[in-house]
Amino acid sequence: MAYQHYILVCGGTGCESNKADAIYRALQRETETHDLTHAVQVVKTGCFGFCAQGPIVKILPEESFYVEVTPEDAAELISEHIVKGRPVTRLLYKEEQSKEHARVDDISFYQKQFRVVLRNCGFIDPEEISEYISREGYVALERVLFDLSPQDVISELKTSGLRGRGGAGFPTWMKWNFTREQTSDQKYVVCNADEGDPGAYMDRSILEGDPHSVLEAMAICGRTIGANKGFIYIRAEYPLAIGRLERAIAQATEFGLLGKDILGSGFDFEIEIRLGAGAFVCGEETALLASIEGERGMPRPRPPFPSVKGLWGEPTVINNVETLANIPVILTRGGEWFAKIGTEKSKGTKVFALTGKIANSGLVEVPMGTPLRDIIFNIGGGIPDGKAFKAVQTGGPSGGVITAEHLDTPIDYEHLQELGSIMGSGGMIVMDESDCMIDVTKFYLEFTVEESCGKCAPCRVGGRKLHDILTKISKGQGTQEDIDTMRQIGTAMQRASLCGLGQTAPNPILSTLRYFKAEYDAHIDQGVCPAGKCKELVHFSIITDKCIGCGLCARRCPVLCISGERRQPHEIDQSKCIKCGECFTACKFDAVLRA
Amino acid sequence: MSTINLEVNGVPVTVPAGTNVLDAAATAKIAIPKLCYHSDLPAWAACGICVVKVAGSPKLIRACALEATDGMKVITHDPELQEIRRTVIELILSTHPNSCLTCPRNGTCELQTLAADFGIREQRFESNVRDIPADTSTPSIVLNPEKCVGCGRCVKVCQGLQDVWALEFLDRGDGTRMAPAGDITLNESPCIKCGQCSAHCPVGAIFEKDETQTVYNGIRDESKHKVVQIAPAVRVALGEAFGMEPGSIVTGKIYAALRRLGFDTIFDTNFAADLTIMEEGSEFVERFVNGKGALPLITTCCPSWVDYMEKYYSDMIPHFSTAKSPQMMMGALVKTYFAQKIGKTADEIFLTSVMPCTSKKYEIVRDENMRSSGVQDIDVVITTRELARMIKQAGITFDSLEDEPADESLGIYTGAGTIFGATGGVMEAALRTAYHLVTGDELEHVEFESVRGLEGIKRATVDIKGTEVRVAVAHNMRNVKTILDEVKQALATGAELPYHFIEVMACRGGCISGGGQPYGGNDELRKQRMAAIYRDDVDQKIRVSHQNPAIKALYDDFLGKPLSETSHKYLHTHYTPRPIYIK
Repeated sequence: MAYQHYILVCGGTGCESNKADAIYRALQRETETHDLTHAVQVVKTGCFGFCAQGPIVKILPEESFYVEVTPEDAAELISEHIVKGRPVTRLLYKEEQSKEHARVDDISFYQKQFRVVLRNCGFIDPEEISEYISREGYVALERVLFDLSPQDVISELKTSGLRGRGGAGFPTWMKWNFTREQTSDQKYVVCNADEGDPGAYMDRSILEGDPHSVLEAMAICGRTIGANKGFIYIRAEYPLAIGRLERAIAQATEFGLLGKDILGSGFDFEIEIRLGAGAFVCGEETALLASIEGERGMPRPRPPFPSVKGLWGEPTVINNVETLANIPVILTRGGEWFAKIGTEKSKGTKVFALTGKIANSGLVEVPMGTPLRDIIFNIGGGIPDGKAFKAVQTGGPSGGVITAEHLDTPIDYEHLQELGSIMGSGGMIVMDESDCMIDVTKFYLEFTVEESCGKCAPCRVGGRKLHDILTKISKGQGTQEDIDTMRQIGTAMQRASLCGLGQTAPNPILSTLRYFKAEYDAHIDQGVCPAGKCKELVHFSIITDKCIGCGLCARRCPVLCISGERRQPHEIDQSKCIKCGECFTACKFDAVLRA
Repeated sequence: MSTINLEVNGVPVTVPAGTNVLDAAATAKIAIPKLCYHSDLPAWAACGICVVKVAGSPKLIRACALEATDGMKVITHDPELQEIRRTVIELILSTHPNSCLTCPRNGTCELQTLAADFGIREQRFESNVRDIPADTSTPSIVLNPEKCVGCGRCVKVCQGLQDVWALEFLDRGDGTRMAPAGDITLNESPCIKCGQCSAHCPVGAIFEKDETQTVYNGIRDESKHKVVQIAPAVRVALGEAFGMEPGSIVTGKIYAALRRLGFDTIFDTNFAADLTIMEEGSEFVERFVNGKGALPLITTCCPSWVDYMEKYYSDMIPHFSTAKSPQMMMGALVKTYFAQKIGKTADEIFLTSVMPCTSKKYEIVRDENMRSSGVQDIDVVITTRELARMIKQAGITFDSLEDEPADESLGIYTGAGTIFGATGGVMEAALRTAYHLVTGDELEHVEFESVRGLEGIKRATVDIKGTEVRVAVAHNMRNVKTILDEVKQALATGAELPYHFIEVMACRGGCISGGGQPYGGNDELRKQRMAAIYRDDVDQKIRVSHQNPAIKALYDDFLGKPLSETSHKYLHTHYTPRPIYIK
C-alpha cells in the first residue's frame, strides 16, 4: 500500500446530494493542513450502496465505516482517526441490535452480499482510469483483442449463462451471436442506460461508480460482433453519471483503449453518448433506437429484432448497463467461475434497489437464488417502526407483488415469473401493513398511463381505463363487474400491446388481484379501505374518552384542522381534513379513530 | 422473384418474398381485421387489431408488420384472438364519439365497419372523448381531433409519402394528438392542402371542408348564370361512389347529373387542359428552342406542388411554368370570354369546379391572379366526394343516367386533355404538342409509355427529329426531392442539365388518386382509374391539344396566339416564396 490511509468518500448521487463533495473537499483540505498528503489519499468513489446511512466515509486499512457524515466532521476525522489513531465513535455505524461498532465486513447489510457488478463501486475513483486498470481493468479487452476469437467470446458467455439484466432475461450470448452472424458493413453496440423504474438506480450507480466496466464491455462486444460504433443512451437527469462517462471515454481514448487502432490491434471502436429526455418508454429497446435516430421515442414492431434490423436498420446489440458490467469479469475469471454463482437457469448476481418500507434502503447485490427473506430481513434490516411486512413489488411498474408466504422463494427469473412478477431491472419496493394495495396499484398505473407513448391502442386506451376503474374502486364506487372488466382489459393489453410497457402495465393489477383480492372486495363490497389509505373511504375522528389533550396530533396536522384546549379532548374539523393519517400515527393513546 | 410457402389456418399459401402476413392471409381468402394499416404505408403497427398467432412465438404478432417466411404457420382467427380484437375495438370505441349519423364518414368509416362486423351492440367501457376544438384554418381540410383513433396514418402520409411534415404526433399517452408541431394551425404549418391525410384517415378525423351548401346557394340564386367544370380525374372515379366498377368512365352521366342539379352550362376542365398545353407547350418551346427563360421548365398544374415549391424550393421559382392550372384558366375564361358571349358580366356568373382535390379549394383564393376577371374567377370548389353526396341528395340514380354531352365550346376536349388526370399525363400531352410546335409535323404514335405508370420517378429521353429532350415525371411529393436535387446540382456545377422538362404531381398516381376522390385509394384502384384515363384518351377522335377545334376558335376569337398579351393577362400567374420553419 502506497499510502498509510485511504479515505473513501461515497460519490453516488444520494451522498452527493447530501454534500459528499463538500465532505471530500474538507477532508482533502484537512489532510493538507496536517501535511499528510503523502500518507493519506482521499478518494471520491462510486456508490457504496448503503444509501440509508449516507453520506458515508470509509477509512482503510481499518475498514472504519462512518455514516451520516457532514463536512464539519472532516476536521475531527483527520485529527482523531488519522493523526491520533482514535476512531470517531459517534460517527461509526452501529448495528441496531448490537452495541459494537461494526467494521465493513461485519455489517450485515454487506455480509450477505456478493459483489460482481458492483465490484469496483465504492473502491475506486471512477474519474481515474488508472484505478480501474489497477483492478484488472481492460485486461478482458486486451485478451479479446489478441487472444480470443469472437467465437471464443461467445462460447465463454454461453458457458457463463449470463442473461440480460434489463428485464426479460434473454441469454446474452445468443443476442451477440445473432448480431455477429448478420452480414453488414455497419453494426452497432448500444448501451441502454435509460433506467426509468421508479426507485431503481442500479444502472446509474454502476455508471457513476465504475464507468469503465461498461466502456470495456461495449468495446468487447464491438470486437465480437464486428461493430465499430457504440452509443450509450442515458437520461439527461443523470448528470453525474454523464459527466463521469464523458471523462471515462476521454481517458480511455487517451490511453488508446477506445478510438482508432485500440492497443495497436487494428480494431477501431468509438462510443458516443446520447441523452434521453426521460421518457420511460425509451427504455424499451426499439423506442430507444428510434430516439437515438432522432425520431419520436415510440416502439417498433418486433420482429425484426434489433440484432437483425436495429439502429438505422443495421444489426445492433442492445444491452443494459448491468449486463455489460458483468462482461469484463466473466472474461477475466471465466464463464465457469460465473456459472457457479446463482441457480440452474439464472447465473451470476443481481443488483437490487431496495426501497420503500425498509430499514436499510440502498443498493444490494446478491447471488441469483438468494431468498427474498434474506434480502429484506438480513440485508435490508426488516421493516422499520415495528410494522408488519405486507408485500414487496419487484420489476417496478411492470412487475407484481410477492407476499409473506413466498418470502423464501429463491429469486431468479423463473421463480419470479411463477409468482406473477418479473425480475425487471431490479427495483424492489417493500410495503408494510399500512400500505393499501389498491392505492399502490393505482400509483403504478398512474405511472404507466403517464409514460405510455400513445402509439398503440391497447396500451393508450386500456391503461387509462384500468386506472379509471381503480380510481372508482378506491372511492368505494367499484363493482365486482369492474374486476372482470379489469381482467379482460388487462389480458387484451398483455396480448395486443406493441411493446413491453403496455404488455406489462396490467401486471400490478393482475398480481394484486391474485394475492389481495380480499382487499379489493373490502373496497367494493364494504366500502372500506383496510389500510386506511384511500382518502374517500377513510375518516378520522378523536375518541373523547381516550384523548388526554396532549396536543401532539394538532401539532402534527399539516393543515391545522385539529383544535382543542390543553388537557381537554381535541376535535378534527372534517371540512379541512385531508386524511393524511398523521394524527392517527402520532397519537400515543389510540385516541384517534380511523374508520 | 422468389416465393415463400407458409400455412395460414392450415391452408398452404405461396406468396412472393417480402409479403406481409396480412396480404398472405388474403391470398388464402382470409381477411384479418385491421384499422391502422394501409397498403400505401409501411406498417406502423399501432392499433393492435391484426394480431395473429405464429407457431413458435409465445407472443401475438401484428400481421401487418410481420413478413411471411418459409414454413411459417399462422393462426388468424380463434376464440382468444376474436376476444382480444373485440376488446381492443371496444377500447377504441370508448374514446370515439358516437356521432356516426352526423359524421362525414358515415358509411365509409373503417371503425364503423369494424364495430358492425364484430356485432358491437353496447358501449361496454365508459366513454371519455377528448374535447379538442377542430382546426378549420385551411380552406381545404378540417382536422377534428375528437374523432381521431390514433392510427397515425395522417402523420405517416404527411411525413413519409409527402415529405411535408405539417402533421406530427403531439403529447403522449392518451393525450396523443396528430397536429402541426408547436400547436400552430394547419394553415400556418407547411401543409400543402393535398388532402392525402383525409384520403387515408380511416374515420372522420380529417375530411374535406364541405362546400356543398355554397354550391346549393349559388344554384338557387336566380340572378346568376350557373356554370360548372369537371376535372379530368373525376370521370374515372365518381362511379365508385354509386357502386360502379372502379375504372368506369362516367363523363356523360356526370354532365347529365350536373344539369339535373341545376347548372345552366356544363364545361369540362379537359378543355382547359388542352389550353394549358398550348400555353405551357409554347412556353417550353420558347425556353428550349429560343433560349428565353430558365430550363428545366417545371409544370404548375398541381396547386399542392406549387404551395410546396413556394415553401420548400422557392429558389426554383424561375423554373416554374407561369401557366395557370387548367381549373384557373377555365375560371378566367368563363368569367370573361364566355360571359361576353352570353352577354353577362363576370359577377353574373356563378362558377363551380368539381375536382378530385382538396388543394383546388385553396388554389382559387391563393392570390390576386385568381381574380383576373375582376371578381373571384371561381366561386367554389367541391371534391368528387362532395359531388357524390349532392347527387345522392338530389335523388338521382346516377348509375342508370343516360349520357349527355357537355356544352359548347369550353366543354370540348381531346385525349391529351383527359390524361392530365394521371401522373405523366401533362408531360405526355405537352410532348404531343411540343413535337408539333418544334417540327410543324404530327406524331404518328402519340403514346409516350415511358412516362406512364406508378413508378415514383419516371425519366425519359424523347427524340424530336434529332433533338434530344430529357424529361422527368415525379408524383408523391417525397419523390420530387430526388429530381430537384439532380437539377440543382447541375445548375450549381454548370454541368449539363439532367432534364429539360419536369412534371410534378403531389399525389401518388396523380389526380386520379387526389385527396378529394372516393375513399379506398390504393395502388390497385389507382391502376384501374389510370387505365380508364388512358381508355378515355383512346376513345377521343382527336388526341392532341393543338387540334382541338374549340381551342383554335378561342385563339382566333379572343386570345390571339399562345403567350400573347391577352393570354398573359388571363392565363398566366406568378409565384411568391413562402418560407416556413425548417424541418
